[in-house]
Amino acid sequence: MKLYSPNKIFKSFFAYIILLSLSLISLFPLFWMIITSLKSPAQITEAPLSFIPRPIVWRNYLDALTRFPFLNCLKNTVYLVIMNMLGVFFSCPLVAYSFARLEWRGRDFCFILLLSTMMIPFAVTMIPLYILFKNLGWLNTFKPLWIRAFFGSPYYIFLLRQFFMTLPSDLEDAARIDGCSSYGIYWRILLPLIKPALIVVGIFTFLNTWNDFLGPLIYINSIKNYTLTLGLQYFQSGGYGTQWHWLMAASFATISPIIVVFFIFQRYFLQGIVLTGLKS
Amino acid sequence: MFRSEKIIRRHGLAREKAVAGYICALPWIIGFLIFVLYPTIASLYYSFTYYDGINPPTWIGLSNYRKMFTDESYYFNKTLSNTIFMLIFDVPICLAVGLILAVILNQKVKGLSFYRTALYIPCIVPLVANSMLWMWILDSRNGILNGTLRIFGIEGPAWLGSPAWSKPALILMDAWQTGNIMLIFLAGLQGIPQQYYEAAEIDGAGSFYKFTRITLPLLTPTIFFNLITGCINVMQLFVRAYIMTNGGPQDSTLFYVLYLYRNAFTYFQMGYASSLAWILFLIILTLTLIQVFLSRRWVHYEIV
Repeated sequence: MKLYSPNKIFKSFFAYIILLSLSLISLFPLFWMIITSLKSPAQITEAPLSFIPRPIVWRNYLDALTRFPFLNCLKNTVYLVIMNMLGVFFSCPLVAYSFARLEWRGRDFCFILLLSTMMIPFAVTMIPLYILFKNLGWLNTFKPLWIRAFFGSPYYIFLLRQFFMTLPSDLEDAARIDGCSSYGIYWRILLPLIKPALIVVGIFTFLNTWNDFLGPLIYINSIKNYTLTLGLQYFQSGGYGTQWHWLMAASFATISPIIVVFFIFQRYFLQGIVLTGLKS
Repeated sequence: MFRSEKIIRRHGLAREKAVAGYICALPWIIGFLIFVLYPTIASLYYSFTYYDGINPPTWIGLSNYRKMFTDESYYFNKTLSNTIFMLIFDVPICLAVGLILAVILNQKVKGLSFYRTALYIPCIVPLVANSMLWMWILDSRNGILNGTLRIFGIEGPAWLGSPAWSKPALILMDAWQTGNIMLIFLAGLQGIPQQYYEAAEIDGAGSFYKFTRITLPLLTPTIFFNLITGCINVMQLFVRAYIMTNGGPQDSTLFYVLYLYRNAFTYFQMGYASSLAWILFLIILTLTLIQVFLSRRWVHYEIV
């Protein structure tokens, strides 16, 4: 029988207090963003800070989102997310399958090559790729921002390969005896089995595309092609930088889809961080 | 007869597998050649040339590399000292915050997933939106940080407007976003066998002793992993410096990649920018190799 000592109760009580206050500190800046986005300009500069907007100015969202071409930026970002997801889902599991399950000469060498490309900083390939896309006439189009997804990303290939490796080979052998080809095994048997890993890869692709700033900054130069991140930065630097109520409304509108996705896929999300984090 | 048929079939299977292997890996092979190998070599070549991105590059030997220490030495040293400042303060502070959060979360408390989510959420906010938010929080007149300090009778600094406080302001932002580090530490902590703690408890060890003699040593590989990735991330800090301060005030947030970006896309010094990129590459390569080498040694120790 186990009895709780007063010491233990005090200790866990203390842990709760600490965790609760840390969580509040962690969440507060986001609450502050929402609070500010609903305040009137007069309330924002008010001397003792108030935590409740009075009155609640919903109009801020309408005003901010029309001043910065939100819907158009949203459309562009969603387009890029879809193209990148298609590309990643086409290429990464296929390549990962080849590395994990098929035997071909030079495979292990190629795999080491793949791993070592992870070390190359974006800054190194940035300039030649810019020149390459410029010569192709692709500047100010979306192509440079999604084309590479169709050729695989080393992180995702690595992650998916590890998943393929854990699957038992019985199913594969049985299918071989039935005369199934390597492609059939991939498409009909193994791909459905790695769904959880595909979800992780999908979430990361969504996030990285949604949040990308440097890519659009380099390749996009007309407002009609701006993504949300670029649009938000343009809104801030284009004269609305101190209109905090509008800036916070626009910022919150930009991040709200991400928060929704986070809550829907939370389990996969946290798993994914640890998986990619412990890659080495 | 039967045997040779089997050999042929097995041979056929191996062949089929090999052909399928090449075909399935083809997207990556093509992508590697066009989007990785070619740009990397081209970048190395550009780094030895004068190149404005329009006229063909002209070979100038090591001039770009020399330029960092001569004509451009003011900016180059500035970016180095700014980056080193962040390496010395930002990385350890974030590591410490992440580790403390992970240790607290690793206590057996109810509602763990709620706290974990709450502490992780800052990490999902896109850098651009996050920059907007913190520019508002750190605003010297109406920002909530200085507003709170004022309640205690402290007049806060101008944060992003002050050369002395701009980097600490960025560190504060980073310390708020240690969710990734925390999750990796949490996974590391959960990998430590419980028996060690039980054995130590029988010997009458206190919490502090357990932490310093069991947790920390066994967590070394995780700490080191976070340290190296932290350093690599700090060296590539760009978005916030570009949006929040644009390198200022007085170049106090002019970080390496921002400087490189400016040379490439503002001054069109593509050759010089490429040489900067290669220096960065060599530093990151060294750090990664140290990480790989040391992690091998640690794994070895654990097996023994």
